[in-house]
Order: sequence, then structure tokens, then C-alpha cells
Amino acid sequence: MSELEAPKSLAHIKHIVLVLSGKGGVGKSSVTTQLALSLVIKGFKVGVLDIDLTGPSIPRMFGLEGKSMFQSERGWIPVYVDNDERLSVVSLGFLIGDRGSSVAWRGPKKTSMINQFISNVIWPKDLDYLIIDTPPGTSDEHISIAEQLRLANPDGAVLVTTPQAVSVNDVKKEMNFCHKVRFKILGIVENMSGFICPYCAECTNIFSSGGGKILADQHQINYLGNLPIDPTFVEMIENNNMDSKNELPELERLSISDKQSDKDREEKNQEKKHKESLVDQYKESSIKPVFEIIVDNILSQGIPSRV
Amino acid sequence: MTVPDEYNKEKEPENCPGPESENAGKSDACNGCANQSICESLPKGPDPDIPLIQDNLSQIQHKVLVLSGKGGVGKSTFTSMLSWALASDEALEVGVMDLDICGPSLPKMLGTENEIIHQSNSGWSPVYVDDNLGLISIQFMLPDSDAAIIWRGSKKNSLIKNFLKDVNWGPLDYLVIDTPPGTTDEHLTINNYLSKTNGGIDGAVLITTPQEVSLLDVRKELNFCLKAGIKILGLIENMSGFVCPNCKGESKIFKPTTGGGKALAKEFGIKFLGSIPLDPRIGKACDQGQSFLDMYEDSPATDAILDIVNQLRDDVEGTTES
Repeated sequence: MSELEAPKSLAHIKHIVLVLSGKGGVGKSSVTTQLALSLVIKGFKVGVLDIDLTGPSIPRMFGLEGKSMFQSERGWIPVYVDNDERLSVVSLGFLIGDRGSSVAWRGPKKTSMINQFISNVIWPKDLDYLIIDTPPGTSDEHISIAEQLRLANPDGAVLVTTPQAVSVNDVKKEMNFCHKVRFKILGIVENMSGFICPYCAECTNIFSSGGGKILADQHQINYLGNLPIDPTFVEMIENNNMDSKNELPELERLSISDKQSDKDREEKNQEKKHKESLVDQYKESSIKPVFEIIVDNILSQGIPSRV
Repeated sequence: MTVPDEYNKEKEPENCPGPESENAGKSDACNGCANQSICESLPKGPDPDIPLIQDNLSQIQHKVLVLSGKGGVGKSTFTSMLSWALASDEALEVGVMDLDICGPSLPKMLGTENEIIHQSNSGWSPVYVDDNLGLISIQFMLPDSDAAIIWRGSKKNSLIKNFLKDVNWGPLDYLVIDTPPGTTDEHLTINNYLSKTNGGIDGAVLITTPQEVSLLDVRKELNFCLKAGIKILGLIENMSGFVCPNCKGESKIFKPTTGGGKALAKEFGIKFLGSIPLDPRIGKACDQGQSFLDMYEDSPATDAILDIVNQLRDDVEGTTES
């Protein structure tokens, strides 16, 4: 790659969106997953790039654990989620054999892996959106991705936070990072805001609420919307993974078979669901309409295609 | 578009052995690196700072790491609870070191957000939360509390080294070390230096949440500990179950579909220290920088946390006596 042009592998991609947060565990990967699924449902072709190298969650989110990514002469070939090849994923998780093994890498090695992921992946020809999921913080991975994308003119970044002040504080740091590297901020998503008790329908703000909205107002950033804690989404992800059971270690399989009796009834329902793809399951889920508001808020900004 | 200065620096080669390595400037990867000659001419052999670190930390009895591969599972929250709980015993001197450089949370949780660090002849003084509870964090060194710390690993490592070498802790019974998520520079560096100090690391407490997405990352951290030879004191499952304050019905918000922390502890043959239920007041207390344990003594979460702290104390303090 020449120093003065954007990586060629990204040249044909219409939009590039980053999902960032200074804080860990706020739902970057969940938001990435839902953003990808929602865009696919809207008819776009979507690619997901996971640059969280020491804790990649994306393969599990899409039910792709145990899959491998292959390298051809021209570069890495992404793993496809669906048969129609509308949704493709690249993650370091696909390159590590055992799901439990750790990658204890220092900065330079992470940088070079990310450089490869940026410049050496054969994304489908007519990709509409590339969504990049990041690890928490503002360190090697973030500097590398900013460096790689500095001439690629990405659409911008979606910032994810949870409502409590401890999390909002870290997200403020991420905002400053975006300003420094000149990423446009598409907006803030407040995740885990409120939990609706399934017994009495009382909404409890487990991690307080409103922090994301206040932050957005203070800094004149778009507030994209809030997502409640929805155990059914997690369940959908986890059920989707039950398919690839043979990859789980023995003990896990045992503990699941222990509970088999309770599950027999559920099993039948699940079997029905299993036949549907993740995209179809998501289409039916209760969180989809909530997330759609967020997606519409991003799309309505009318960011022109890079191509 | 102009390019920020950050990008104009020369990059280290992929397999850079690191300037502290014996092979600095000599390994295959060094050929062609702009810094090769500088690295090559550096003094070789063991890091000259190691004796200084050993000396500086020689009066610390116990060093405990709080780890998790996953972010946002409650490492800092538990670190703050553990520190409050230990410091409530007036006979103990407690120090807390915040290694999360890009997202330090402890200053806020311990109610010292706006403090700044003082430097003297004898080094940096920790910020004192209480008479017997000191804290060091990068947050105290920032010109503006929202400033982003956009640092690559090597720069973080040198700050960690300063934390170990230049902080004037005095005699401590406990040094609790909070870490960022992942298994990268910070973790390698802290283990590298602490393992060479007197007494080494007493052990690591691992935190997880019940769902498999989190266990997956914690499994990686466990493997890292095994590889790095860090003793594991036990695993804690945080955010397990939520009791609705209105109807007292319990919901599993983060479902343990694969057996949760307990099954993981069994799989690895490590101690399961307990589960801490979700309590909305924990988050609130942390945001206000107050001790949840003192404010809500009646909460089931308080009981669970104190029980875990007692188990840890028995384990850590027991090992030195025997």
C-alpha cells in the first residue's frame, strides 16, 4: 500500500462504520451484531471486522465459533454467516484453533495483525457496509485502525455507553480520541438502560439511566437511542450457538445434558428456531424494532458512499 | 487532510523483541528497523530498574491482581469493594494500583476523582482515600479529566514501571492491582516485574459475568495465568441474578447457559469464590465514590462480597504464615 492512498482492499466498500467505546463490556459487540443484522434485513450487504484480538466475541455472536478463515493467494477470505453471502465476518477468533487459548500479544504484533486485516482481506465485491468492532480503550488497536483508515474516509464512529457515570467518563475519553484522529462521531447509543421485570413489568434502571443522552447533549452529538437490557437477545445468540455444540469442551456438554430434562419442552421450540438463520430470528425478535430507530438515525444522516 | 503527528513516527517491526530484550537490535526482525542501531547500543542484561522495583516494593506483604479477559464485568467495582473491605480493618495498610491506563475508573469509584498526584524527593505519593487506603492511577496525572490517553503499549509499559518504581507506598499489608481487560502489554509487564519482587504475586482473582460470551474471554485469561505462572486465588461470578425491587422476583439477566462461573471453575479445577447478585445501588454507590458495603449493609450483595473477601484473606494471609 502506498503511503498516500487508502488501502486497496477497502476501495470498493461503500460505507465504513466503527463501533467504539472507552469502556469494556458495554455492548460494542452486541451493537455491532445488531447493526449488521439490521442492515442486512434492510437489504444491504454487510461485512464485520473484529479487531478485538485478545477477546474476540464476534464469532460467538454470529454463531460461528469453530469456523476457520482461509487464506488464498490474494488474501484472507471472510467467513459467511448466511448462504446468500449477505453477511461476512473477519475475526482473529477464526485463526485460533482452541477457543480457550489466549493470545498474549504486545502492541507491535497486534498492529501488524490489524494491518493485515485491513489491507489483506478479500471483501465481497459489492459490500455496502463494513462495520468494525473494537476492543475497549484508546491504545494500540485504535491507533492502528485510525492510521490505516486515515485516508480511507470512513463514515464515522458509533459510540456505545452504559448509563452510569463510570462508563460515561470513559466514553468521553473515546470522544476526545475521535476528535484527535478526525473520526466523525455518528452518535451515541445508550445500552443496558433499564430492565423490565418479566414478572411485574416494573422497569428498573440497574445501571441508572440517561447518562448517554446527557453526554450527547453536552457535546452536541447525535443521540441515536437507547437499548434496554433484553435477555431474549442474549438467549437468541446463545441458542444459535447450541447448534455448534460439538465444538464445546466435554464438561460443558455434560452440564448441558444434566439440565436436559428441564429443557425437553423448550427443545422443541428451539428446534423450530434452529432451522431459521440468525438473520430471520432477529427479524422476529422484540429488540429489532428498538434497534431500528438507531439504524434509521444513522442512515438518515445521508452520508455519501465512499465509492 | 493533514495527518496528526502520532502517525509520523517510525513503527516497530512486527516481531520486535523489545528494547529491553537481549536480542534488541540483533534479531531478524530488527533488520531494516530505523531504531536498530539505538537498540543495539543499549546496555544489555537484566533490566537495571528491577533492583529499584524490588527495593521499592520490599515492604509490601501481599500483592493481589484483579483480572478478567472481558471488559465491564466489574473488575474495578470489585477492586474498590475489596479495598474498602480491607481498609475497614484499621490494622491493615492498603494500596490500590490502577493499571487501566486508557480507561481508569477507580478514582471515581473511590471518590477521589479530582485529586492530583504529588511528587516529592521520595517519589510520587499515592492519593489517600482514607488514612490506610492509598490509590495511584493515571487519572491523577491528567491535565483535564476527559483527556484521552492515546498510547501504544510501550508507553504504557514505561508508566507501569514508574508506578512500581517511583510510588512511595511505605509499608503495606496489601497492594491490590486492578487491570484493563485483555491479555496484552499491561498484563505481561506487571507479571514480568512483580514476579521478580520479594514474595512475587500472591495470586490473581478472576471476575466473570454468567453468560458464555464473557466466560469465553475469561477462559483465555485463565490460560494466560497458567502460561505466565500466576497463581489463581479463585473465580467470582458478578451480576448473577437480579431481584426486582418491586416484586422480589428474581431474573437471570445474564443467563448462565453454559453453567456460568461455577462450571468454568470446575473445568479448570480452581476455587469458585462466590456469586455477587446485581444490585442497582452498587452502580450508584460507585458513581458517587462511596463505599457500598458501608451504605447498604443489608444488601445480599454486601454479604456475598464480604464472604469473598474473607475467603481471600484466609487464603492469602494463611499462605505466608505456614
